[in-house]
Amino acid sequence: MSVRWKKMALTGWGRGPAADVAAARPERAADATAAVKKAREEGAAALARGAGRSYGDAAQLAGGRAILTDRLDRILAFDPATASVECEAGVTFRALLDAFLPRGFVPPVSPGTAFVTVGGAVAADVHGKNHDRHGSFGDHVEWLDVLLADGRIVRTGPDTEPDLFRATLGGMGLTGIVLRVRLRLLPGSPVLQVRETRIRDLDAFFAAFEAARARATYSVGWIDALASGRSLGRGIFETAEFVPGPAAPARKPLRIPFDLPGFALSAPGVRAFNAVYWRRVPKAGREGLRGLDTFFYPLDRLADWHRLYGRRGFYQFQSVVPDGAALRAVREMLETVASAGNASFLAVLKTLGGEGRGLLSFPMRGVTLALDIPRAAGAVELMARLERISREAGGRIYLAKDAAMSAATFAATYPGLPAFEAALARFDPQGRFASDQSRRLQIGRRAA
Amino acid sequence: MSSTWLVLGASSAIARAFARAAAAQGADILLAARDLVDAEATAADIAIRTARRAEAVKFDALDEAAQDELVAWAREFAGSGTLNVFLAFGTMPDQAAIDADPSLVAPTVMANFTAAASLLHRLAPVLEAQGTGAVVALGSVAGDRGRLKNYVYGSAKAGLHAYLQGLRARLVRKGVHVVTLKPGFVDTAMTWGLPGLFLVAPPEAVARAALDAAAKKRDVVYAPAFWWGIMTIIRHIPERIFKKLNI
Repeated sequence: MSVRWKKMALTGWGRGPAADVAAARPERAADATAAVKKAREEGAAALARGAGRSYGDAAQLAGGRAILTDRLDRILAFDPATASVECEAGVTFRALLDAFLPRGFVPPVSPGTAFVTVGGAVAADVHGKNHDRHGSFGDHVEWLDVLLADGRIVRTGPDTEPDLFRATLGGMGLTGIVLRVRLRLLPGSPVLQVRETRIRDLDAFFAAFEAARARATYSVGWIDALASGRSLGRGIFETAEFVPGPAAPARKPLRIPFDLPGFALSAPGVRAFNAVYWRRVPKAGREGLRGLDTFFYPLDRLADWHRLYGRRGFYQFQSVVPDGAALRAVREMLETVASAGNASFLAVLKTLGGEGRGLLSFPMRGVTLALDIPRAAGAVELMARLERISREAGGRIYLAKDAAMSAATFAATYPGLPAFEAALARFDPQGRFASDQSRRLQIGRRAA
Repeated sequence: MSSTWLVLGASSAIARAFARAAAAQGADILLAARDLVDAEATAADIAIRTARRAEAVKFDALDEAAQDELVAWAREFAGSGTLNVFLAFGTMPDQAAIDADPSLVAPTVMANFTAAASLLHRLAPVLEAQGTGAVVALGSVAGDRGRLKNYVYGSAKAGLHAYLQGLRARLVRKGVHVVTLKPGFVDTAMTWGLPGLFLVAPPEAVARAALDAAAKKRDVVYAPAFWWGIMTIIRHIPERIFKKLNI
């Protein structure tokens, strides 16, 4: 089978500097094998790319070969008794919902968008608003088929080739190309009962999370990142549970047809928006039904929402800090952002329940804060300050969001790295798989 | 009354999109493809997503001896329901590769014309006997005029267009409708990475156009529709000018 490459410029969802790649787009597994072989013959590194929804440079590889997985999009098996689904890596969460929500099942863990692929969810070992209860995506994976650099397709699970399994979950595509995934869904419905509480400051937020952690299945906090002083950390806390109910009517996505000019997200504008957003929830809180899409994927209605940040794009900073140090670190991060005046729409706060199964899985027991940082003047310095706060508090930065972390911080905060690099030395000894991120973070370069 | 689509050349992106769309409208699907493993994956996908009956069968367009068996299988699969045919197989080797190796001419004509015509000729009596149903066959805008850059493939498709005209006249007398679907540039493995493409349509758009054309009993349909305008212009360029164009 002949492989034809297409020249493309790829960026992350945050629209940082583009990488020129030669891309193949396999429509069946055999095409993917041929593409990896061809890249090897050409002496070029390769990398799988799913929906391109990681924010930074994790799904791009300047000068390399991209293997686009969006046409590997078939659902292959479903067992209703165990809620177990087998699918190709390019199947999106949206497709899983379309197929299985009518049968009463939902993806076990949902990131903030349903446009991501199952392969991407494996690579980033994504988490959602139910981490305390259900862990991250990898906790629901029964096995994976990984196409390795030497052309072999290896089925790996917790008990078969476990080293490959642990390296591939959260491994950001560096072990090979995930072709198939078997995972378990969870019971769900189109509707959730959502409890919203207005939170006056950060202490109150942490108290609310602590109280909800054991009780609520889904919980998330939206923080007004521009509030400072006594209001620092004010926001809205949401907890939710699935309840039986009819499907909400699908709404057509709104489009953002052009890049917004830089001033659209000026500090005064965002400040006003955030204040209104906060006050929309009554002081006493409120409870009501909300559609699954609105609760899990609020931004999916706004197709191309990354254009809000203009052509220069934005960073997303997300770090998790262990429970004991979290309050102080999150406060310092919010103070840093508020004083920088680099307008962030909203910040998102969640709790995480424990470590993931992957060697480079992001989660640990603690609190995670996510912030959008427009790529304006001073953004690089701001990201570095946030990185330092996270590192000093014993935290780590999420690779699916990362575009700026230093190799030193990465090595110091990901204790699974030596084992991961040992796995790479075994499964990809010649470093055939790489990304702009892996090069920046020097992953694999330290291997003995 | 149930309806079945026999999808020939089911590994292509257009065929996959068509099979999904037809199943979503309530049809059962029989996928015939050279790559059985791949066709079985698509069949599983359709069965899970739509709860329609979907099966795969191995089929090599160049193996004429296997065609009778395929027709019998399709008739059995459709049972008492209506059998419809979506013909999507074909190959498009690079013209330069053919120029360098003339032995590629015959298989290109075989896959795009001879195999299609001989298989449709075997299906015709079955369709006539049921007295209803539709055939949608993929022609190509490349078949509207022989071009320097693609004329072996184009001439095979032109032959298919003429064949389908005749088949349409034969089958309409028995209540069976034949659609010649001429896609422009479609975003598939066949066109991936080729230079000079424009207005590239997603396979799902071509699939919708195919189902729509069958439902409305259209005869010749361009997909997307604006290709009719482009090809009308291209067809009307005088030959003494056209022969010098580098297209």
